[in-house]
Amino acid sequence: MRSRTLSNLVLACALGLGAGVASAEEAEAQLVIRSHKFEPAEITVPADKKVKLMIDNQDATAEEFESYELNREKVVPPKSKITVFVGPLKPGRYPFFGDFHKDTAQGVLIAK
Amino acid sequence: MAGIAVLVFREVLEAALVVSVVFAATRGVPGRERWIGAGIAAGVLGAVALALSAGVVADAAAGMGQELFNASVLFAAVAMIAWHAIWMATHGKEIAMQMQALGAEVSHGRRPLAALLIVVALAVLREGSEVVLFLFAQSAGGSGWIDIAGGIALGIAGGVATGFALYLGLLRIPIRHFFTATNWLLLLLAAGMASQAARFLVQADLLPSLGSRLWDTSGLLSDRSLLGQTLHALVGYDARPAGVQVVFYIVTGAVIAIGMRVWGKPRKRVTGAA
Repeated sequence: MRSRTLSNLVLACALGLGAGVASAEEAEAQLVIRSHKFEPAEITVPADKKVKLMIDNQDATAEEFESYELNREKVVPPKSKITVFVGPLKPGRYPFFGDFHKDTAQGVLIAK
Repeated sequence: MAGIAVLVFREVLEAALVVSVVFAATRGVPGRERWIGAGIAAGVLGAVALALSAGVVADAAAGMGQELFNASVLFAAVAMIAWHAIWMATHGKEIAMQMQALGAEVSHGRRPLAALLIVVALAVLREGSEVVLFLFAQSAGGSGWIDIAGGIALGIAGGVATGFALYLGLLRIPIRHFFTATNWLLLLLAAGMASQAARFLVQADLLPSLGSRLWDTSGLLSDRSLLGQTLHALVGYDARPAGVQVVFYIVTGAVIAIGMRVWGKPRKRVTGAA
């Protein structure tokens, strides 16, 4: 039974992989983390498009990019870059924050 | 200290809730404390190792190592829970009857406790590695060790207390229905984990979202509230799920439910009852 559960999941993943790769347009956006702050703190992306969000952590400490509104969380190790895919988003404001330095690491993504 | 305690609490809570459900589901099994203790210990060691290699994991798989790792860990836990839940559907009634009859612990060596050890270890591993990374960042950022130690102590105490409260609550379920209840809880736990795994694969662009936000119930019950987070850990509550998460949730739940049905039928008469 365990193998059946697994094989179903693997099948679902395989189907998904095929469809995921075939996705059409996507936009790109970049953020930098410096001194536990996001730069820019406000970033605008096109609405109704998948967005490839690249985050460059220039600090010597890890951060966790997190957003309830975007339903995303990902660790950004020290001195490294990560990519997070978000959307397609309806027009609106989507706050995000750095979970390890919440006092300073706050930002908002605006979909237009 | 408060900020540290809150983050540690949130992570510990999620793992503690999983441990509570497993602890309830193994009620009456001799030596289960050792098994679960070993699972927690393995998870903590793994969490430290994972945190130390966070950079390597992040860079793996073209920058999507974290998502693939998290999704794999979650799917592994789903498989282990499914195995155990289906096994219990076959044997749970006998065990409950023996427990009623003997009023004591019963031994049944064939029970797949190792599966649940792995579930516990993986839950602690996932949540624990975030705690360790956060604490690295805090100590590098100049927080004093008293703040850090106090935050860890408070956070762990709060998380463990909440998990214990859940366990005590579950124990109030009458023994006749007890394993049916814990089995359904395990099913929902597994479905929730499958949905989270799907979210990671969407985040990595390896799965289509099938609607990036199928609904938004954050106004009713926020993900960040204590109840929202508890339900997230236990039954996979997500205020803004992607469509594919819902698909994974339903498929996983259905597969386990069908498995319990098919293999859960009494095949031989154990007693006159049922």
